[in-house]
Amino acid sequence: MMRRLHIATALALLLAGTAQAQNAADAYYDPQAMAAARAALKKSHGNQINSLVIAERMEYIQGDDEDAFVWEAQGWVGTDLNKLWVKTEGEYVDGEGTEEAELQLLFSRAVSAFWDVQAGVRHDFEPNPSRTHLVLGAQGMAPYWFEVDTALFLSDEGNVTARLEAEYDLLLTQRLILQPRVELNLATSADEEVGIGTGFFDSVAELRLRYEFRREIAPYLGVSWGGAFNNTADLVEAEGGDATGFSVVAGLRIWF
Amino acid sequence: MAGALGLNSLIAPWARSAAADLRGMRPLSGNLFDLSVAHAATSIDGKKGHGVLVNGQLPAPLLRWREGDTVKLRVTNNLKMDTSIHWHGILLPFQMDGVPGVTFPGISPGETFEYEFPLQQAGTYWYHSHSGLQEQSGHYGPIVIESRDVDPDAVDREYVILLSDWTFEDPHRVFAKLKKMSDNYNFQQRTVSEFLRDSERDGFSAAVEDRLMWGAMRMNAADIADVTGATYTYLINGHGPGDNWTGLFKTGERIRLRFINASAMSIFNVRIPGLPMTVIHSDGLPVQPVETDEFQIGVAETFDVLVSPEDQAYTLMAESNDRSGFARATLAPRAGMVADVPTLRPRPTLTMKDMAMDHGAHGGHGSMDHASMNHGNSSQHSMTDEFMVHADMDHSDRDHASMDRTAINQESTNHAAMNHGAMKHDSMNHAEETYGPLESQRRTFTRGPGVVGIAANPVNRLHERPLGLEQEDHRVLVYTDLRARERNPDVRRPGREIELHLTSNMERYMWSFDGLKFSEVDEPIELYRDERMRLTLVNNTMMPHPIHLHGMFFEVVTNDGNYKPRKHTIVVKPGEKMSVDITADAVGDWAFHCHLLYHMHAGMMRVVSVVDEPIPA
Repeated sequence: MMRRLHIATALALLLAGTAQAQNAADAYYDPQAMAAARAALKKSHGNQINSLVIAERMEYIQGDDEDAFVWEAQGWVGTDLNKLWVKTEGEYVDGEGTEEAELQLLFSRAVSAFWDVQAGVRHDFEPNPSRTHLVLGAQGMAPYWFEVDTALFLSDEGNVTARLEAEYDLLLTQRLILQPRVELNLATSADEEVGIGTGFFDSVAELRLRYEFRREIAPYLGVSWGGAFNNTADLVEAEGGDATGFSVVAGLRIWF
Repeated sequence: MAGALGLNSLIAPWARSAAADLRGMRPLSGNLFDLSVAHAATSIDGKKGHGVLVNGQLPAPLLRWREGDTVKLRVTNNLKMDTSIHWHGILLPFQMDGVPGVTFPGISPGETFEYEFPLQQAGTYWYHSHSGLQEQSGHYGPIVIESRDVDPDAVDREYVILLSDWTFEDPHRVFAKLKKMSDNYNFQQRTVSEFLRDSERDGFSAAVEDRLMWGAMRMNAADIADVTGATYTYLINGHGPGDNWTGLFKTGERIRLRFINASAMSIFNVRIPGLPMTVIHSDGLPVQPVETDEFQIGVAETFDVLVSPEDQAYTLMAESNDRSGFARATLAPRAGMVADVPTLRPRPTLTMKDMAMDHGAHGGHGSMDHASMNHGNSSQHSMTDEFMVHADMDHSDRDHASMDRTAINQESTNHAAMNHGAMKHDSMNHAEETYGPLESQRRTFTRGPGVVGIAANPVNRLHERPLGLEQEDHRVLVYTDLRARERNPDVRRPGREIELHLTSNMERYMWSFDGLKFSEVDEPIELYRDERMRLTLVNNTMMPHPIHLHGMFFEVVTNDGNYKPRKHTIVVKPGEKMSVDITADAVGDWAFHCHLLYHMHAGMMRVVSVVDEPIPA
């Protein structure tokens, strides 16, 4: 039987030329079944769709004069190179309701080993009036293991703002991790309706200490200092508030 | 003729396994076998698990064959998804090799597929699923083929020692987690306290410099294994360390242990404290006996060793190479005896050499004349370069003809020509192997988001001990210790050389050859019928990769002339450049891949196609 099959191969090769040689099994099995198996093999060896949801911060903030709940989460779905990326963050202030809530929908493209370029839209549901922005950003890992997320936003009012977030995981033990984090927001022009003046706003320096019970689940405690600077600080102070403040946070980091 | 042979201690040495309650492996022998693949329950160290098992057994039944027989295996798929069996290391017609999408369409649910092939070899081999991630779920088992001739390695008793890694997680979940957070299974990261320890030992500035060097490259010196004891229970013959598989012997017996590493992802360091082992076979084929105290076994490799235990119990210790866990068994003259179980040794740390950046040390082998190698400006490369690019690294002034039919993705936009002249190569592959220049194909090389780090200065490391065993004060087997017992069947000089780079981006959990995943490549690597070819592998990653070619053994290019060790799987160390010679005597399409299951799944795979035409004159 084997010999007969070899003759069949030889004939197939003669008839089909070398193109046939790339799919030797077609001479022994239904070529259609082989084509389907080849396609499945290819997809399952490097072209899978994967996903991640990570809520990096879901925390309760005890500030100098108000308490709040803050969330920051992101998720992606896609291949190694192309992903649909969603980011959301916001703040609910005790007694006052949701003061900030934004959602970004981005296309993310891996452009180098450690960096993705991201483009899409961002909508701020709060504060009122709401704003919609075009987003162009880069997210990835800088040398020395700094996780960096940075973006430019062009609002429907024509305002350009920039955001830079950077964090670092310092492993005290295998599960106890100290994470310094900075976030800088910079406005090139004022958008006073939503409380933004030129210069730095919503900028913080923070430190969180988390314990990874499992890699996926980690409660934490932390401290945060920052707030409004430059012209935004003037706006806040004109309303009788403190431009910057110190707060203590407690929260949960989860991913799945 | 299928059927289980009873555990009769009066018959052959291989049947003299442990008492039934100690669960010696039950062999199936003959030449007709019925195997059923199905979901089944199992128990690991007393904990209930679920596997994709053959005949309901973990590991799958030991298949005992005879060289010269033609075996027929009827494999019935009782799963709801496709399955397959690949006969690892067995020389057979390619359409019986069992790789869906390469050699056959796979076995559909409810289908019975009939494998039939003549056995041209003897030795220790194994079989496993080549579908999805079923191998991780327990779909693997041992094969022993008895020699037709009088066995020169006759023993009083023998055992198969099949090592594997078991997880109670869904293997697809394991892979998904690696894609989300590639280091999530690593609980042996470098911490602040390790930094303090290192600065005490090496000085503060040296420790800082070391951390900065690794940080600059965004590489992790503690990244030894992707999937670890954090999820794995390591098994011997399906038994966890708590279950303690035990092989009994009578004092004075000479015992043959047939080691098979059937893990999905785990490379083991194996030793039996107090009991020297004489290695007699590697990957099924006889090697000149060499005595050792410890050996590393890469995924899919097999080693047969002889031991002569005294009247005491011994612990057979198989540490995972990252020391996150171990498999353990006992050899004892009487049931119930145990010996001390050694504590796990500390996790090893990767070095500059693993990054192929160590310009100083080249080991004691061969004539590595650096000056003559024309590395271009490689010494000027900043270690912090994103890719450590050496596109201009032209090892030779000779202009090699381009071999278009084997070049991979010439159209790729982002690549550097890597023209490695063969003449200088050979000085790396030990002087004795200098055949003079081989025709080496001009390489193109894709450096996209899937590739971090190009080995600037890869060196031959076949004579080196595996990672973490460098400082052991007992004997450790190295690849150059292996010499074929029989003269290599084909000692022709290779007609050409193909160079293949092992590439990765751990951060994105991307694994590939030449920067391209299997999903991105249309063309197979083509060989001509009966051609002699040298395959040079360059490991640009920080991990050892057990590289496996189906259908053909390769000769590892060591210093051994016509007695090179012949293997089906070879572990290529981090930062290593080494070669194997292949006789393309098996026409057909064959899988070629890293045998770390999730690396293959991520794309570290190719098809090698031996076309049925002679090499063009």
